[in-house]
Amino acid sequence: MTAYGHEQVTVSSGDRGGPEKGLLRFLTCGSVDDGKSTLIGRLLSDAKLIFEDQLAALKRDSRKHGTTGDDIDFALLVDGLEAEREQGITIDVAYRFFSTPRRSFIVADTPGHEQYTRNMATGASNSHAAVILIDARKGVLTQTRRHSYICSLLGIRHVVLAVNKIDLVDFSGERFHHIVGDYLGFAQALAFSSITPLPVSARYGHNITTRSERMCWYDGPTLIEHLEELDVTDGLDGKPFRFPVQWVNRPNLDFRGFSGTVASGVVRAGDPVVVAASGQETKIARIVTADGDLPEARAGEAVTLTLSDEVDVARGDMLAEPQARPEVVDQFAAQVLWMIEEPMLPGRSYLMRIGTKYVPARVTSLKHKTDVNTLEHIAAKTLGLNEIGLCNLSTATPVAFDPYAENRETGAFVLIDRFTHATAGAGMITFGLRRATNIHRQALLVDKAARTRLNGHRPAILWFTGLSGSGKSTIANIVERELLAHGAHTYMLDGDNVRHGLNRDLGFTDADRVENIRRVGEVARLFVDAGAIVLCSFISPFRAERRMVRELVGDGEFIEIHVDTPLEICQQRDPKGLYARALAGKIKNFTGIDSPYETPENAEIVVGTSKGSAEDAAGHIVAALRERQVIS
Amino acid sequence: MTKSSGTIFDGNSRPAVRGTGTELRNADTPSRHALSQHLKRLEAESIGIIREVAAEFRNPVMLYSIGKDSGVMLHLALKAFYPSKPPFPLLHVDTKWKFRDMIRHRDEITARYGLKLLVHTNPEGLARGINPIASGSQLHTQVMKTEALKQALDQWEFDAAFGGARRDEEKSRAKERIFSFRSAGHVWDPRNQRPELWNLYNTRISKGETIRVFPLSNWTELDIWQYTRAEQIPVVPLYFAAPRPVVERDGLLIMRDDDRMPLKPGEVEQVRTVRFRSLGCYPLSAAIESQAATLDDIIDEMLIARTSERSGRLIDSDEAASMERKKREGYF
Repeated sequence: MTAYGHEQVTVSSGDRGGPEKGLLRFLTCGSVDDGKSTLIGRLLSDAKLIFEDQLAALKRDSRKHGTTGDDIDFALLVDGLEAEREQGITIDVAYRFFSTPRRSFIVADTPGHEQYTRNMATGASNSHAAVILIDARKGVLTQTRRHSYICSLLGIRHVVLAVNKIDLVDFSGERFHHIVGDYLGFAQALAFSSITPLPVSARYGHNITTRSERMCWYDGPTLIEHLEELDVTDGLDGKPFRFPVQWVNRPNLDFRGFSGTVASGVVRAGDPVVVAASGQETKIARIVTADGDLPEARAGEAVTLTLSDEVDVARGDMLAEPQARPEVVDQFAAQVLWMIEEPMLPGRSYLMRIGTKYVPARVTSLKHKTDVNTLEHIAAKTLGLNEIGLCNLSTATPVAFDPYAENRETGAFVLIDRFTHATAGAGMITFGLRRATNIHRQALLVDKAARTRLNGHRPAILWFTGLSGSGKSTIANIVERELLAHGAHTYMLDGDNVRHGLNRDLGFTDADRVENIRRVGEVARLFVDAGAIVLCSFISPFRAERRMVRELVGDGEFIEIHVDTPLEICQQRDPKGLYARALAGKIKNFTGIDSPYETPENAEIVVGTSKGSAEDAAGHIVAALRERQVIS
Repeated sequence: MTKSSGTIFDGNSRPAVRGTGTELRNADTPSRHALSQHLKRLEAESIGIIREVAAEFRNPVMLYSIGKDSGVMLHLALKAFYPSKPPFPLLHVDTKWKFRDMIRHRDEITARYGLKLLVHTNPEGLARGINPIASGSQLHTQVMKTEALKQALDQWEFDAAFGGARRDEEKSRAKERIFSFRSAGHVWDPRNQRPELWNLYNTRISKGETIRVFPLSNWTELDIWQYTRAEQIPVVPLYFAAPRPVVERDGLLIMRDDDRMPLKPGEVEQVRTVRFRSLGCYPLSAAIESQAATLDDIIDEMLIARTSERSGRLIDSDEAASMERKKREGYF
């Protein structure tokens, strides 16, 4: 850690000459009223980036909404959306641009009461550095720790500690040193490589772009001088070559190129490369761009590679250095930040995006969640909005990655809800759990097709879903009797019965319901593999889990049967007296009462028992199975 | 100018020598200005975004508004897929009130690069005689731009549309995502946007939903001009200062591009040396007095400019927060 003391910065205030330093992306973090927006407004204003028409609008707005009396309220310049200006809060991540002769800057302003963790993580994911604001009157707060933890988790290595509103503590050096001491005390535990403290006043411009004359005890750089000089070369050039294939470029039969952006490392024409997942080796033939072929391509460059051999490569594959390959596994541990209202449920299937690849993935276990204020580990079964936890994940096919701490480009992923397609979670891989390549499935001599021929019918899962008391089990029993009469091999998996044995350790929380269905699905799959028709009778209220079981077996082998009996009728029947107890508050999480039932959208068969009898419903199902040629 | 092979010829009809597809420059014409590290980084980011859309969406389209930002965006698309051509068409929403120079430029560029261009005008708006002078800028923009755009996206069933908007243009744009989600009916809900972490864009949508994609999100106006100069991207001549017939109206200089714009009492047409920082419908685009006749001049002028480029756009000053409102309704 460099930091306290400012030896690393040698620039004098007047002279900003020197070589172009390239782009710096940073984020500002602080609590409400620490002055984040004011700081950014000040930087834009001092960089002469506020135009006359914008200044005129700002003066109008300041009188209307401002909180600074007759002075210009710089926060209004940055708080973009109409709703925010009216409520005086910022609710989203905004990006601001300014440049000095030395450097261009993109600032992510990531404030807000709600969604704070999510917004900060979003801003931090693309930033090189963070400016953490502290109100000089208040000192290090819980929020300061939270901001610092999130920055460190997202891989930010350079922190500027801006002790703001220094004018309100009479420009006191003593106060400043006290706050800095406090901060360094706890930040030692975080993985920052530099921490630079600065005493500033954003509102009056002390030590932002011009040196303050009120703090003779401070001889370090201004904020802008420091940011201009900050060396943030992330070293991606020096890491092993990684190239996620984004798009296959095939203008004609003579050209087959692989377009993408070099994630890390350097590649030269003639270099050997390996397709990470398959292990196939080849060489780089050409590095093609519209400006002509290049001798080499470095991290961050968007190019098109051609290979010397016809190897099997598609979007989602990763080309890598043979001597330093990424891990290729289907199970790994990762820190996951949850970003939607609906909680993360272990066992549920999500869509993972990692590099250019999409792959179905499940959280197999949640080891613990982390309290972002105290950094304590807490045992938990689910992750809620803005919570962070260490998870084990399993993917449907192996993925190539490097741990996030080693490579931010190849170690990050997002999780997408499979129904709403919302971006639900963000993950940073810590390590692979085992090498998938070492575990080969046992090849079997007798397969499902052989058993099907012997049985004289096709295997299937008949999945009965519906409310408690809808008649699922009654109908399923009749259907099984009829199938047996046709000579079919059947087996019944009933919700209540399974909960007495296999799933006796599970309750009725959302997380346990998901695990309940996952286990039943795996068992049903084994029966299908054995050639049987397995009848499953489960309330199974969530679409995601029904879909999860559907995806375990082949096309046409999962037949969803919605027993569509209205809630009022189920309640009247109440064969086990459960609705009465649920309505009396004696049973929690009861489907239809205080836990939702998600109606199937595309069930293969829909039956109701409100009008006809259970026998009629069963007859309808058997006829439908014949139509689908499950039985003859 | 073009041959069916898609190989491009410069103004002297001399074929480019390299590659199998579209050449962006003469091979032997060096760039006047090498790209800075900063511009190289922006270019690579934008190319990555453009490729991502081509790889993930069923039927994307690139909005082409003929201005300097569209010019850069198109240039980046040509580079992104080289030696292939961009695997999507261009769409121009024509209000019928664009400068004649713009339409000329549009046709020349699409012909030069052998690109497919779709042009759409709102037929109902045309039938109702909506125009920027009599109907007012607000109604004209609503009907002939916003509604027209939605019609075109529906008609061709595009699931992703590129736009050249930049985050530095305007406050509500500063919070816009690179992949901006629109629910069915093209509705933009600023509170219901997907967080964008790293470069892992979520490209998944359901039927009826669409995505607007902004590959130039992180560019500034100055970046656009510096890149245009370095890459020698052709731009509409109206960006360069020249003597032009203008009238002064509400303190702004409006160029009479044809005789559909009547003079108000007391107005006189006069020739002044002007240029445009931003191009749209001619009665709604104000000129600035300027002597900047080259790209170098424009960049020098920008470095000392004291008003933003949108100050010349009449449609933005209709009311406070007008951009956010227009965006919610489906405007780009």
